[in-house]
This record gives sequence, structure tokens and C-alpha cells, in this order.
Amino acid sequence: MAEKEAWGSRVGLILAMAGNAVGLGNFLRFPVQAINNGGGAFIIPYLTCFLLMGIPLLWIEWSSGRFGGKSGHHSAPFILNSLDPKRSFWKYLGVFGIFTNIAVAAYYCYIESWTMSYMMHSLAGTFRDMNQIQVANFFGQYVDVMQTTTGIPFEAVLFFVFCIVLNTFILSKGLSGVERMAKIGMPLLILFGVILAIRGLTLGTSGASLEHPDASAIAGINFLWTPQYDSLLNPKVWLAAAGQVFFTLSLGMGSIQCYASYIRSKDDIALNAASAGFMNEFVEVVLGSSIVIPIAAGYLGLDWVKENAGFGMAFQTMPYLFNNWGPVLATLAGFMWFGLLFFAGITSSLAMGTPWMAFMRDEFNWSQQKGAWSFGAIVLVLGLPTVLFFQQGVFDEYDYWAGTVSLVVFALVESILFAWVFGMDRGWKEINSGGDIQVPKIYRFIIKFITPVLLLFVFIGALLTPLGNNWLAAKTSLLSGNGWPLDNASIIRQISNSGLREQIAAATDPQIISNLNDKLLYISGARILLLALFIGISVLVYIAHHKRTQKTA
Amino acid sequence: MSTSALVMMIGTMSVVISATAYFFVKVLRAPSRPEPDSYTDNDPKD
Repeated sequence: MAEKEAWGSRVGLILAMAGNAVGLGNFLRFPVQAINNGGGAFIIPYLTCFLLMGIPLLWIEWSSGRFGGKSGHHSAPFILNSLDPKRSFWKYLGVFGIFTNIAVAAYYCYIESWTMSYMMHSLAGTFRDMNQIQVANFFGQYVDVMQTTTGIPFEAVLFFVFCIVLNTFILSKGLSGVERMAKIGMPLLILFGVILAIRGLTLGTSGASLEHPDASAIAGINFLWTPQYDSLLNPKVWLAAAGQVFFTLSLGMGSIQCYASYIRSKDDIALNAASAGFMNEFVEVVLGSSIVIPIAAGYLGLDWVKENAGFGMAFQTMPYLFNNWGPVLATLAGFMWFGLLFFAGITSSLAMGTPWMAFMRDEFNWSQQKGAWSFGAIVLVLGLPTVLFFQQGVFDEYDYWAGTVSLVVFALVESILFAWVFGMDRGWKEINSGGDIQVPKIYRFIIKFITPVLLLFVFIGALLTPLGNNWLAAKTSLLSGNGWPLDNASIIRQISNSGLREQIAAATDPQIISNLNDKLLYISGARILLLALFIGISVLVYIAHHKRTQKTA
Repeated sequence: MSTSALVMMIGTMSVVISATAYFFVKVLRAPSRPEPDSYTDNDPKD
């Protein structure tokens, strides 16, 4: 067995765990979800799901990770197996805990490279004289690899490669490198976030212009927080809240288990997990709701926000809005905003590298350097198609299967394994062992019954998403004998590419039909790559299992 | 800004900030444990 690693300090561990959870979604996804799902009332199902699904899953993942670590297991396949050693199939389900990290890192590093590039462009003053349309078009030019915004050919590819090299270099330093990055990145992220949030909350109506006379940050905040209580009866809102909680905490990835496996066996996890979880909530609920929406509404008006709220606002709108603050402040604000997103990104992508490194170290005795650089190489090979064929949908395909579906499947598996197979008696003891707080007893019931049911609810919701996400209409349709109308976003229809095939059938222009057929081809290619990765890791797990069996024979 | 929005925003932010601060301060104030030599040495003896 290779030499053991451990966290240098408790605060370092919590910052690394919180950094793993805090990502771009905290600033971009949460406010948009809130706007689309009942405004202020969204926070009720959101916090309910956080308490009933988020926190329990954090305790499950932290405690199963620490439990596996006691036997020298630091990656999901063998951590899961250690919870039920008699059945070897768990380790193959645990493959999700390595697969997801690598596949998500492949496209996540690309987003991270955008933030690096935009930081540089903010400092260089690239956006200074651009109008709103030029700033939006700049993003389109950037992701088109055949165009360049700096004169450097294949600029997007170069930034992507640089981003992977930086991640790999930090990872090659082991846990100490990750911890150091978290100790620098998280405080800076919070500092930048607080400064921008104060600006967002105090902007008022000072951003109104002749073009947007009704622009008001207060209107944006008001819209975001006004509770529409009738939305609480809509299953769509609860599903959106559960999904947001799930993704914001980086649950179901296997990276939390990996980090937790390096915690000493008598050390606390109950308090640490709660602290890291709430730190993520602070960034999401307090900072995330106070930057993008108020600033955008403050300069462009609430109607613009309602029509355009989405992920693209971070890159396509914010640099233009900062221009209103004068050249010096615009440069600083741009640097802080993209710096904040960069730190949110890199603390998460580093967490994605550790499960692979830990697996290769435990099972094949690979060194940190070898593990880190091999991770970088795989991410590069798998990620290049997302850069080169971004417009053809490869990026979205990775995000859907690895960054969405796999997480839910793995979380469902681990919650059932922990609560029902490992058993709640042992599980409860494991969660509270060494605890600096006593977990309320009600959580014993919640972890056993409520959390798996909520996860099943999220999975079924994704599998059978009704047409237009209208659950009430779908229910009426089903009861009246017209069946359950599936949306093209449902997993079932995604598998068969129904949406794309419908577009091809409806198109008449040969050029458009050709482009859509090309897209279908690229999407199939992306799926083959993901499948190859999953099979490849499964084969490694099989070899590792046989090595272990031979050793014990 | 409407009263309901203000109440919802201030209420939610207060709860989240308080809980975050409470848990983090508890972490900082928790007594440090002796450093074990290894996992095995640190395990409870059955």
C-alpha cells in the first residue's frame, strides 16, 4: 500500500469540501431557478430539500468515505464495497464515483478556462468600449475555435490546455496542494462575492438610462424574493428545488467520499459536514442571489432579466454591465467576478481529480505525479471534443449524462446501500462517531426513509419529465386515458434523441437538415466516448478486484 | 420593494448566515484531538 495521506488541518478540510461544492451554479443557476419557480417561495422547498436530502446525503457520503478510509480505500468502488463486502457488484456501481468526476472535469475545465480568459480580458480592458451586443458576440467568437479574440490561433484550446495543466500541477502535490488552493481560493471567492453583492444590493435605480429608463436593482431583488405561495403546490417547483440542492452540494459524484476517506477515524464528520454544507448555502443563497440578478436588472431592467436569465449572463452580459462603473472599477469588477468564478471552478475541478488518483494509488500503487498527469491526459483527450465541437452539442451531452443523470443514479445507489444494506444501526453509529455535535435523532428516520424516497422522486422526475414540465396537465392527461405525455428533456426521450429527430423531420432547408444530422453524429460520438470511459474504469476495477483476491488467496 | 419580499429575503439570509457562522465557529472552537500515528493506531479496540 502506498504511503498514507491526510488533511493538514480541519479548516483546510472544510474549505476544500466547501470549495468542492461551491461552483458556477451557485451564482448562475440558483437565482435563475428561483425566478422560474415561485420567486421567494422557492426558498421554502429549497431549504426543506436541503434539510431532508442535502444534509443527510452529506452525512452519508462523509461517513461512508471515512469508513472506507479505515480499510485503506479512498475511491468509490472499494468504499462502496467495504460497506457490503459480501457482494462484489457494489464496486461496479461505484465506478460511477470515478467516471462522473473524469467526465464532468472534461467539460468543466473548459468553463474554467473561459473564466481564466475573461479575467485576462478584463484586466486588458478588452470589453471597455464594447456595447451589449459586442460583448455577447465576443463569447460566440471565443467558443468558435476557428476565431481568435487575441490574435493567438486556437485561443480557446490553449486556455483549455493551460487550465488542465494548472489543475494537474496542483493535483500532483497531493492533498496538501488541494488544501492550499482551497485556503487561498475560498476566502478570495467570498471576499469578491461580498464586494459584488454589496454593490448589487445597493445599486438601486442609479443604473437607469435613456435606453432602459425602468432599470432597477430593487425591482430585480423584489422579483427574486416575492413569494408566490401558489407555486408550492406545483411538483415542478419541488423537483427543481430538490435538483438544485442536489447539484449545488456536489452530491453523487464520489469526490466527497474520496476527500472524507483521508479523515482520521476518530475525527468528527457530523459537524464538519454541516459546516461545509452551510458554507455552500451561504455562497449560494446570500451571495448568489445578490449579484447577477440585481446588477442585470439595475442596468437592463426586469423585463430583460425575465427574458434572458440564464447561464450565459455570466459571460455575455456582466462585462458590459461593469462598463457602467467607469474604466478602473469595471476592470476590477470584471477581474473579481471572473476570479470568483475561477476559484469556484478550480476548487471543484481539483476535487474531481482526486478519486482517480486515489484509485490508481490504492490499487496499482501509482505515485501522486503519475496519477495526476494521467488524470490530466484523460481529461484532455475526453475534453477536446467539447472544445472543438462545442457548437455541435458535445459539451451539453457530457453535461447531461455525466453531470446530471449519473449523479442521481449514484446518490440513489449509495443512500440505499448505506441505509438499508450497511444498516442504519451501524450507519448511525458511523455518522456520530467522533462527532463534535450530536445529530438530531429524527435524522435516523430521515436518512432511512425520506432521503431515498426524495432521490427516487428526483430520478423519476428526470426519467418521466412531462411535456412542458407541466405535471398537473400530465396527470390530467393520464387520468383521462390519454397517457403520460413525455417531454423531450426526459431521460427516456433523450436516449432516442427525440427532440433532435423532430427538428430534422420538421426542417426543409437541406443545409439545416445536414447540420442537424451532423449534430446527431457528434452526439453519438460523445456517448461512445462516455461509454468507453465507463467500461475502461470497470475493467480496471475488475483487474484491481482480482489482484486483491490473489493477494488474499 | 414589497414587505413580503423584504421579510423573505432578510429572514432567509439571517437563517443561512447564522447557521453558517454557528457551525463554523463551533469548528474553530472544538478542542483539537491528538494526532494519531496511523488509522490502525487510532481505531477503537474491540
